[in-house]
Amino acid sequence: MKYKKYRVIKKIPADVDNWSELYNNKQLIRNFMNEQQNIEDRLWNYIDGVTGAEEKSAIEKLIETNLEWQRTYRELLEAHQLINSTELESPSMRFTKNVMEEIAKYQVAPATSSYINKKIIWGVAGFFIVMILGFLIYSFGQINWTNNNSANIVSPNIEKLNLGKFLNNSYTNIFIMINVVLGLMLLDMYLHRKKEKLRTSD
Amino acid sequence: MHAELTDKDIISRVLKGEQQLFAALVERYRNYVFTLVLRFTEIREDAEELSQDIFVKAYRALADFRGDSKFSTWLYTIVRTSCITFLRKKKLDTTSIDNEKTFIQLENRESGFKANRVEAKSRQAMVNEAIALLSPDDAQIITLFYKAEQSLEEIGNIIGMEPNTVKVKLHRARLRLREKMEKYFSHEVQEIQGD
Repeated sequence: MKYKKYRVIKKIPADVDNWSELYNNKQLIRNFMNEQQNIEDRLWNYIDGVTGAEEKSAIEKLIETNLEWQRTYRELLEAHQLINSTELESPSMRFTKNVMEEIAKYQVAPATSSYINKKIIWGVAGFFIVMILGFLIYSFGQINWTNNNSANIVSPNIEKLNLGKFLNNSYTNIFIMINVVLGLMLLDMYLHRKKEKLRTSD
Repeated sequence: MHAELTDKDIISRVLKGEQQLFAALVERYRNYVFTLVLRFTEIREDAEELSQDIFVKAYRALADFRGDSKFSTWLYTIVRTSCITFLRKKKLDTTSIDNEKTFIQLENRESGFKANRVEAKSRQAMVNEAIALLSPDDAQIITLFYKAEQSLEEIGNIIGMEPNTVKVKLHRARLRLREKMEKYFSHEVQEIQGD
């Protein structure tokens, strides 16, 4: 930001009478900065080669005819070439050898898709979707839609929702039981698969 | 030795059991990975160790490379996640350092760069030092774009952002780099402009 301001001051014409007024004119400075930013953005796109053919020829024309564009283009191109001129850093000579010694201890792990069963993921997702849908259906079923009060037409009668009915002991127990059964099923599937894998590798 | 083999050829042969062929991939990408990691760690020893870990991780997860993208793009995704984990750990380790000490360290670093102004620097060293002064994110985006030959879309895949956001970030990173060069290496920049 400091750099930007410096550039703005540098570019103020020499025949300005009231410097403080100009310096305090934040709008003028902001406009100039936005304009400058726009020029730089368009020029970077041009230098990076990500502009369309129409924009490319428009920018080329501006660089040819406009001194401000020409100066900014030269600056950006220099920065671009400087960054391009850097070389990659190199690790020590033993680097590849070290990596190969390390990977000799390991084997390529099986692809994630081969041991994550999509049916299980869909099963778990389905369970939660059914739970949410069930709750919503029950909730909507409890709303008193026949209320004549027009001001109240879209507000559901929340007091009538008897959630306590579902959060009592027996429902909680059923919920926990379902989860336990699902957990045991998953554990069984996992152990079964492991056993199969051991048998095939023998 | 294996210059004629494509990354995908090497990977399929490694997956078939030719483990030693993985060395060809390490040779091909070691400098890219090391440079990217160095942008985060700043210390060469840390960068070397972390780069080795990244290649080991890549080897172990090789079966997960589906070939939808370039191998380099996939590898740089591992680089980025590993570097972020490294920085998180480092941050946890250094939370006990009081602000005054950190301030002194920063001051020393700044004065060191000012003192360096009088030395004649090669262009490359100057730009590398200026890049090292950027935030790891800025430094990595610049390195990925200029050195690792990744397109805006590919960088977007690596860092999990839309290509347009990457473009804006790249513009800002370059602007900040120019600011650093103006601030710390104005003498050298003038010399280069005078060439």
